[in-house]
Amino acid sequence: MIHKPHVDWFALSPSLAMIGAAALLLLVAVFTPKAARRAIAAVVCGAGFTTALVFAIVLDERSKNGAAVIHDAVFRDRWAALGQVLVAGCGVVAVLISYGERMREENIAEYYALLAAAGAGMAFFVQASNLMTLFLGLEWFSIALYVLCAIDIDLVGSLEAGLKYLIIGAVGSATLLYGSALVYGATGQLSFDKIAAAHAQHSSLLVLGLALIIAGLAFKSSAAPFHMWTPDTYQGAPTPVTAFMSSATKVAALLVTYRLLVTGFPANERLWTWAIAGIAIASIAIGNVAALTQRNVKRLLAYSSVSHAGFMLIPIAAASALGGRALVYYLIPYCAMSLGAFAVIAARERELGTPVTLDNLAGFGWERPFLGVSMSIFALGFLGFPVTGGFIGKFYVFAAAYHRGWWWLIVIGAVGSIVSAAYYLAIIRSMFLRDSTELQLAPAGGSPPRELTLHAGVAVCLAVSVGSLIVVQPLIDVARAATRALPF
Amino acid sequence: MTGWLTTILICLPLAAGLVIWLTPMPKEWVGSLATLVSLIEVGIWIIALERFHFGDSSLQLAQQHTWFRDLGVSWHVGQFGFSLWLVGLTTICGAAASAYAWWAGRERPRAYFGLMLFLTGSVVGVFSAQDLLLFYAFFEAMLIPLYVLIGVWGGPGRLGATIKFVVYTVAGSLLMLAAIVVYGLQQGTFDLTRMHASGNDWLFLGFAIALAIKAPLWPFHGWLLDAYRESPPEISGLLSGVISKVAAYGFLRIAIFQFPQPAHDFRVPILVLASVGLVYGSLLAFRAPDIRGVIAYSSLSQMGLITFGLFAANSLGFDGAVLQMVNHGLLSMTMFLLAGMVERRTSTGEFALLGGMARGRPALATVLMTVGVMALAVPLSSNFAGEFLILAGVLQQQWIWAAIGAGAIVLAAMYMLRLISAVLHRDVGSAVSDAALDLRKGELAIVLPLVAILFVLSAWPDAISGHSFAGNGPLVGAPVAVAK
Repeated sequence: MIHKPHVDWFALSPSLAMIGAAALLLLVAVFTPKAARRAIAAVVCGAGFTTALVFAIVLDERSKNGAAVIHDAVFRDRWAALGQVLVAGCGVVAVLISYGERMREENIAEYYALLAAAGAGMAFFVQASNLMTLFLGLEWFSIALYVLCAIDIDLVGSLEAGLKYLIIGAVGSATLLYGSALVYGATGQLSFDKIAAAHAQHSSLLVLGLALIIAGLAFKSSAAPFHMWTPDTYQGAPTPVTAFMSSATKVAALLVTYRLLVTGFPANERLWTWAIAGIAIASIAIGNVAALTQRNVKRLLAYSSVSHAGFMLIPIAAASALGGRALVYYLIPYCAMSLGAFAVIAARERELGTPVTLDNLAGFGWERPFLGVSMSIFALGFLGFPVTGGFIGKFYVFAAAYHRGWWWLIVIGAVGSIVSAAYYLAIIRSMFLRDSTELQLAPAGGSPPRELTLHAGVAVCLAVSVGSLIVVQPLIDVARAATRALPF
Repeated sequence: MTGWLTTILICLPLAAGLVIWLTPMPKEWVGSLATLVSLIEVGIWIIALERFHFGDSSLQLAQQHTWFRDLGVSWHVGQFGFSLWLVGLTTICGAAASAYAWWAGRERPRAYFGLMLFLTGSVVGVFSAQDLLLFYAFFEAMLIPLYVLIGVWGGPGRLGATIKFVVYTVAGSLLMLAAIVVYGLQQGTFDLTRMHASGNDWLFLGFAIALAIKAPLWPFHGWLLDAYRESPPEISGLLSGVISKVAAYGFLRIAIFQFPQPAHDFRVPILVLASVGLVYGSLLAFRAPDIRGVIAYSSLSQMGLITFGLFAANSLGFDGAVLQMVNHGLLSMTMFLLAGMVERRTSTGEFALLGGMARGRPALATVLMTVGVMALAVPLSSNFAGEFLILAGVLQQQWIWAAIGAGAIVLAAMYMLRLISAVLHRDVGSAVSDAALDLRKGELAIVLPLVAILFVLSAWPDAISGHSFAGNGPLVGAPVAVAK
């Protein structure tokens, strides 16, 4: 009789739901008629994400006392559960956005299968409680994303996007793995809390390993100077994939970074807080300045996502319970705005059949008022205007920095936001202040059909991002409960 | 009900804006509906005025709901005497702007009037917010409708104007956000009525610079001319009449009351900037080649004068500043509307192309003459009363400031008379055709109420100057005490 570990299957249920959906989707790819495949695949994938969402919410409710399960490999607590809620939520919206995407019928089910698999990987990744599961989770969702980026072979740049992401992502993974090996070498331990308990903080091996781990994770959250893949990949990948990557991947990478640093390396706090603050500053500076010169809107939003990674690293650098709340809260409107903004781009892209630039957004706001107004609200929210929870998010981030005593981070954040006003407002300017007649579009047989699913996705994003401005206290309570899982 | 009045004043226009955006209604209805709502808003303000006890120095018509406990932020709105007058100014100017836009028939009316109502609601919110974060939220929210209103419905140079306007304002307001975060976290609450005064110079500067850009005060006025020239006239009127008062209000409510010591320490530099703006603005107004240029630069100079009153830091100065805010708000709004009416008839505001419009247009001539003479602060006008109080207040600081102010008032007479004569008198300009009509009934219906209010204030300026600060309440006590 082989000794089997006790497995808390419920703790794994969000991941399992998404894996189940992925497996089912592979069957759909083979056994359903071609005509119905698109609809069936989308429904199965959406159902998978929804189930995962429900499981994650229940898990969040029933994991008040955090616990490590399955031999210190996986956490069951509210920090992880909240991350899973966000990832699954992003997945649901991503399915809504994906539905109308022009894609070859023969690999439509595989597309959804990979989307579900990536979601499952992220859900597993945010639960990781030792370096081995951390790496496994990272590779799991990364590989799915590499393929997703390159899946649309008809799309110019898609293959390039996938390849770039693969190569640079592989460097990131290798860095993370190498760092993990060094930490293991210094402490002889893999799980986060035992690394902390090993008291090896003065070992240069551990410090080097820590630096490499931070760099490896920063690749995934696309923080500067590890962001080189971001603009090309975000631009080239199919837009729904970009939407999913820009939201869910950030959630997973940032939540795990925070947890790993505070549980695994509390004794080196002085060191990593400065390192993270440095990365945050670099991200805010590079992201915002580089975005200024972009004409392609996906590329522009890619740089904007780099700068937001910087903003969300500030509360990590603060290393406090307030910082935890700030990060979790910030992620909620950020995910909604990011998904929503890329969804609107996707709509315009399908309308024009060409990449969306600031120039060919001209007049879009007047033609499609709902999408135009939504996009404006997302852009203003990114900027930190009090129309979405992004405003409160920035405010909390600044509060966390202030509590750390690092008021200069507030100044840098404020200056970064001032710079960002130029390009966020440029989007609104294109949509509303310019006229579509300057585009001189050739009429191509009527306007494209209104996509109900995409509009529904944008509406959900709008509701979440604006709603998070109004119901701040309940969300902060959720964030507080999640942060209790971390040792502060 | 009384507790809800302020909240209703803020939310009614916002809600009406949403209704206009979301419900499908015929385009013809929109302008009238928006004007109706803004008139109802004025009515609600009158009810609020009636229920307000001017003898009581505490916050009134107040309402508070927790927004998030964590950092002590709440929906806390209410009125002091001076803020109630500024809310009144906002509602009246908002109604006038709405009515004029309806009369002039703006394109894309649903978007236009929705944004206009949104703007009114957020400005009322700024004047009413008693929570610093809420104040900031409304302060920023104002910018969005302004940006679109100028950018879409403005003149040919509107894109450049909006870029300048936004770059200046966003730069200022994010520095203010940084200051707000630090100040609020230091105090553990963002409730203005419970925050203690601070002596931190950096925080004061964070607020002061943002407000100086918004006002604008010299040398932060780079955005002023383009924005005032390119906007639709009613938006220029709101910008110079109401939005600039937001900055003056911010100086009073936050920079002076919450930072008495830095406000005292920085008094001389600020008064120097204000006097430069006062004189420089007047000179530029005298040299400006068009109607809007004159009003825009006179606005710069008037903001300098109001700053004089605020930083005189005594009750004469404060009373005069509040009175002058309302005066200038109404005058500016009227002047810009008149400028718009002239431009409608001649399609230009250039003095070189205008002239001789008085002949055959008695209504236009009378109204423009009356308003112009009031604007140059002829004795017995409310403007005169306001400027007199301000100069009397600032005289107590040092005679030199009063001398500069008095000099600038002479300049005001020069540029205003120049404007009047360039439009109404001299030879008939090349852009003025005989077909250009006198003011129509609709236009008179918009302008005359504003002029009537100015007459009432001229007869009874004490209505505002004597009813802005009750007794020596906690608010006024603090800065005066430091001034000694």
